[in-house]
Amino acid sequence: MGYLADTGRYILLMKRVFVQPDRWKMFFRQFPKELEKLGLQSLPIVAIISVFIGFIMTMQTKLNTSNPLLPIYTTGLVTRDTLLLEFSSTILCLILAGKVGSNVASEIGTMRITEQIDALEIMGVNSANYLILPKIVAFVVMMPFLVIFSMALGLGGGYFVGILTNIMTTGDYLTGIQYAFVPFYVFYSLVKSMLFAFIISSVAAFYGYYSYGGALDVGKASTNAVVNGSILILFFNILITKLMLN
Amino acid sequence: MIEVKNVDKSFDGNQVLKNVSAIFETGKTNMIIGQSGSGKTVLMKSIIGLHKIDKGRIEYDGRNMTDMRMSDIRILRREVGMLFQGSALFDSQSVLENVMYPLEMFSDFSKEEMIQRAYFCLKHVNLEEKAFGLAPSEISGGMQKRVAIARAIALQPKYLFCDEPNSGLDPKTSLIIDKLIHEITHKFEITTIINSHDMNSVMEIGENIIFIEKGEKAWQGNKDDIFHVQNEALNDFVFASELFKKVKIANQ
Repeated sequence: MGYLADTGRYILLMKRVFVQPDRWKMFFRQFPKELEKLGLQSLPIVAIISVFIGFIMTMQTKLNTSNPLLPIYTTGLVTRDTLLLEFSSTILCLILAGKVGSNVASEIGTMRITEQIDALEIMGVNSANYLILPKIVAFVVMMPFLVIFSMALGLGGGYFVGILTNIMTTGDYLTGIQYAFVPFYVFYSLVKSMLFAFIISSVAAFYGYYSYGGALDVGKASTNAVVNGSILILFFNILITKLMLN
Repeated sequence: MIEVKNVDKSFDGNQVLKNVSAIFETGKTNMIIGQSGSGKTVLMKSIIGLHKIDKGRIEYDGRNMTDMRMSDIRILRREVGMLFQGSALFDSQSVLENVMYPLEMFSDFSKEEMIQRAYFCLKHVNLEEKAFGLAPSEISGGMQKRVAIARAIALQPKYLFCDEPNSGLDPKTSLIIDKLIHEITHKFEITTIINSHDMNSVMEIGENIIFIEKGEKAWQGNKDDIFHVQNEALNDFVFASELFKKVKIANQ
């Protein structure tokens, strides 16, 4: 019953979020700030994780495909498809659900418990629209760039592992990442990452907006945002994969 | 003038306000007093519309807020200023930006006009110019209250609500804040409602006082009447301290 009530409240909140802003000028003032905070500030963590996952994925794939029956380009091909299909969209979004989700939930939650949201409401501002819309739009807009950035760095990580460890030649790797390339995989990855960006930012905003009490409760809201955001990402990953790849 | 008529409010079957009726007059500092848990904050939040009442009417100069749609309530709220207990300043903005915020949101002023208005409001609450660029976390509690008052009056509201304006302040700063609210109320002809349990404030600026006891209006009068009231609950509340007992004896 609790989940049903929460779903209803979430839908009602989104109804308040997706209306025309009271002042577009204020929206466009918030929007670049959110692009920077949610998008650009996520670049370092995306870069570190993508490079290292590219490294490790190439090494492990090479280890598991060292078989004379398998073609020489298998390692590059498997690394590329894993990055394109799952890592740079789903796994990256699960990681960002932790970083961005907790950031959004705690920021809005703190505004709630310190009565800043009440202050906005008393002024006659649609607080849900003013606070949440720029975050959702900014994160959805930034996500494809983060995904492409992650794909590039992941593949780059795999390339450098070949140079650094001599487990394979760079030529074999480059052949693999170009072999039987399906451009639709990139499109599929971008579409689902944008959906996940919406889930992360809106679910986190929901938990923050309806938090109450004190600092402990903001912490709980933050945890709920990350946990439930991650579960929803996994669920919608199955759904969208079934819809787009089958 | 704000008129509250036969208001009831319950939370999960627990009735917090019982048939409360009161008139809050324009140009006066109206105070809602009562013990913690008596329902005064619920009454104030109901008047503003943050709580939906179960029964009764709330009228702002004859406009019945209880029948209004949310979009109309938002328009009405542009005539309202509020000073929160914890100031509720936006911590991502500077002092000046906080005061400019309602102007940017709802006025058609140019940037220069907005800055001029914000300066006027901040100077009116006696805030030094060197604090204008600071963040709320960089100024004292008393200064935060002054900024909150400046923000509340930036759009020249008709109605001003103050929730425990002296909470967390020393007696001297409390007095300054009280006098400021009183002065603004008279100067700009505002209907001010103050929610307080600070008896110093009541005695200083209470021109129309409503005493709430267990969710019901138990008494209404002014600061001069309060010494001669034969209401046990009110006397227990007002003259709880030795100081006020002595003041009462001196007045009799």
